[in-house]
Amino acid sequence: MSPDLLKLIFGRLGIESLPLHEPIVVGTFVVVALGGITLLAGLTYFRLWGYLWREWFTTVDHKRIGIMYMILGIVMLLRGFADALMMRGQQALAFGGSEGYLNAHHYDQVFTAHGVIMIFFVAMPLVTGLMNYVVPLQIGARDVSFPFLNNFSFWMTVGGAVLVMASLFIGEFARTGWLAYPPLSNIGYSPDVGVDYYIWALQVAGVGTTLSGINLICTIVKLRCPGMTMMKMPVFTWTSLCTNVLIVASFPVLTVVLALLSLDRYVGTNFFTNDFGGSPMMYVNLIWIWGHPEVYILVLPAFGIFSEVTSTFSGKRLFGYTSMVYATVVITILSYLVWLHHFFTMGSGASVNSFFGITSMIISIPTGAKMFNWLFTMYRGRVRFELPMMWTIAFMLTFVIGGMTGVLLAVPPADFVLHNSLFLIAHFHNVIIGGVVFGAFAGVSYWFPKAFGFRLDPFWGKLSFWFWVTGFYVAFMPLYVLGLMGVTRRLRVFDDQSLQIWFIIAAIGAVLVLLGIMCMLMQFAVSFLKREQLKDVTGDPWDARTLEWATSSPPAGLQLRLHSRRSRQ
Amino acid sequence: MTIAIKPTQSGEPLFYLADEHPHPEGWSTSLGFWIYLMSDCLIFAILFATYGVLSGNYAAGPAPKDLFDLSLVAVNTTMLLLSSITYGFAMLTMQQNKIGQTQLWLAITGLFGLAFIGIELTEFAHMIHEGATPQRSAFLSSFFTLVATHGLHVTFGLVWLVTLMTQVARFGLIEANRRRLMCLSMFWHFLDVVWIGVFTFVYLMGMLR
Repeated sequence: MSPDLLKLIFGRLGIESLPLHEPIVVGTFVVVALGGITLLAGLTYFRLWGYLWREWFTTVDHKRIGIMYMILGIVMLLRGFADALMMRGQQALAFGGSEGYLNAHHYDQVFTAHGVIMIFFVAMPLVTGLMNYVVPLQIGARDVSFPFLNNFSFWMTVGGAVLVMASLFIGEFARTGWLAYPPLSNIGYSPDVGVDYYIWALQVAGVGTTLSGINLICTIVKLRCPGMTMMKMPVFTWTSLCTNVLIVASFPVLTVVLALLSLDRYVGTNFFTNDFGGSPMMYVNLIWIWGHPEVYILVLPAFGIFSEVTSTFSGKRLFGYTSMVYATVVITILSYLVWLHHFFTMGSGASVNSFFGITSMIISIPTGAKMFNWLFTMYRGRVRFELPMMWTIAFMLTFVIGGMTGVLLAVPPADFVLHNSLFLIAHFHNVIIGGVVFGAFAGVSYWFPKAFGFRLDPFWGKLSFWFWVTGFYVAFMPLYVLGLMGVTRRLRVFDDQSLQIWFIIAAIGAVLVLLGIMCMLMQFAVSFLKREQLKDVTGDPWDARTLEWATSSPPAGLQLRLHSRRSRQ
Repeated sequence: MTIAIKPTQSGEPLFYLADEHPHPEGWSTSLGFWIYLMSDCLIFAILFATYGVLSGNYAAGPAPKDLFDLSLVAVNTTMLLLSSITYGFAMLTMQQNKIGQTQLWLAITGLFGLAFIGIELTEFAHMIHEGATPQRSAFLSSFFTLVATHGLHVTFGLVWLVTLMTQVARFGLIEANRRRLMCLSMFWHFLDVVWIGVFTFVYLMGMLR
């Protein structure tokens, strides 16, 4: 073949794109390849391909698509957490002249991939999966408004995830941090394929998310069962509605800003360049106009889950339903008025910073109202400490700490000191793990019996819970301390030996979380093996009140071969 | 939902939903398409904002006054506005179930749309020929991106239009085709509204700078 033809087909792809010089990546590849081959062989041996293709991959059933989202989220959690462990290990070791075990090229990819994966391919699929599964059941709809589109959205998300995973073994991932600020992400400083992987993965997944948002809004607005007025909707459905409004109103911004970055890289335009009139600061503004609503996209459904769980396990109706709904709506609106607090230090001036500082602090008021509503729901209730309730209480304690450090960071002068420090890292992990991840776990353990007809094993669940919660505190409290001492984020090596102990403690915390994740996987396995003992025939194992518990577990359409394709086009 | 069980000849029960779904097909489509349009509107909003921020950054290159030919843009605007009117006629004739006239108006709409794209491309070619390329300055980057994104939307609208004309020719004005024509109608008028923004904000205001 002529070199021109080869260039046309493979572009910049060559044998040197394979990271053969990185023993860690090669080792990972061998393990992944062996695991993959075993999985594929197993599927072939048990003749599951046809079943998977017909009943799962091409399904338009919102319940199965929801479950597939959850599986995607959990699988990607393992990848994203592996990155976290590598960072914790590197930072615990790289002291006193030691370079650690990760070179800069690799380490920069690891922290970028960790952020991208955890937000886009763990938190988003977990949240979208729960909404997909639960919302139609809660409003008495047979499916979402556009079932085929729902399947399409899912596979777009998978497409993005596959791109990120492929970048591990072919070429490389971005080395820019999870939001890929230019000029670093521009072609001059990132000429390799990493940022291209980043852009394409997020574009593809982002389109899927936008379409899924449109789908769920339509479902909630148009497909509620007779008699369910807006103010009778379960709180989870309400928070889902607000989240999907946020998705539709913010993901197009991400689409545009990534498209403009692509144009800068591929066409040579000057949106975010330093010369020819471009403005890198505009990128930072635009991406956070998407980015800040994004964190509320993640946490609002979690708030909905906690509302359902608190009410169910306190044996009371939710305290202050109306205020809960209004608090959600207020958060939805306010989430658009705070984006600049991510870059107070950029120099927008005192009045602009003050405005955004104040709006950021105001957002804690509706959030605080929610917290009191949950507390008053528990007050004088007959609280049952089942697993979902335990996650909820852990959330309430943890999230309040994260919220307080957040209000602290919202004060511009304080932010000038703490900006980009490990204090910030501790803060957002505090709210994302304590809020979104604990919420997703509460949701999984709460609705699992609905989805599969048997409860999750409580022993392994509680073990996982305790490892996760203590692991979280051991891993992130030292980061607050380090941040206050002025340690900035994304560092690979350290000079000051006195800091090492804190990083070692944080690494121990990460190991505890690892144990938590392993116990959780064990919980799934054990529950599956003990499914006869854990079986739920009532359809309502928790004595809950919302509509999804009024049907069989699993609901019709999952295990029953209903002839429903005909009417879903 | 009620689940009914009907015994079959093979002995294996057949499950089906006893109460059929109350919502007709396409029940959510208009709303869904509206929401999609609003997300698209946001894309344009961001491009407008980007243009607003960068439109003064000429980098010692050409400014709007050196580049824009208002009379050509006026003709172009007329093309697009007329295409919206003719699309309206297509919808009116569709309501009267006149397939032939509907197709005729759709075809005329398509021709106006094509003329719009043609004129826009001529304008672009002329600018690029003069050295006012998207790479020249941030102003031109944002100008080309905003206007071309609109043009790209019109192009997709044209492809969609031809697709629907084929559908109508094959299957007639069935319910599904009416719904699709309705969606395209919203899309087409939406692009018109966006263009009015482009015309005012980019071209007219540009000449005033």
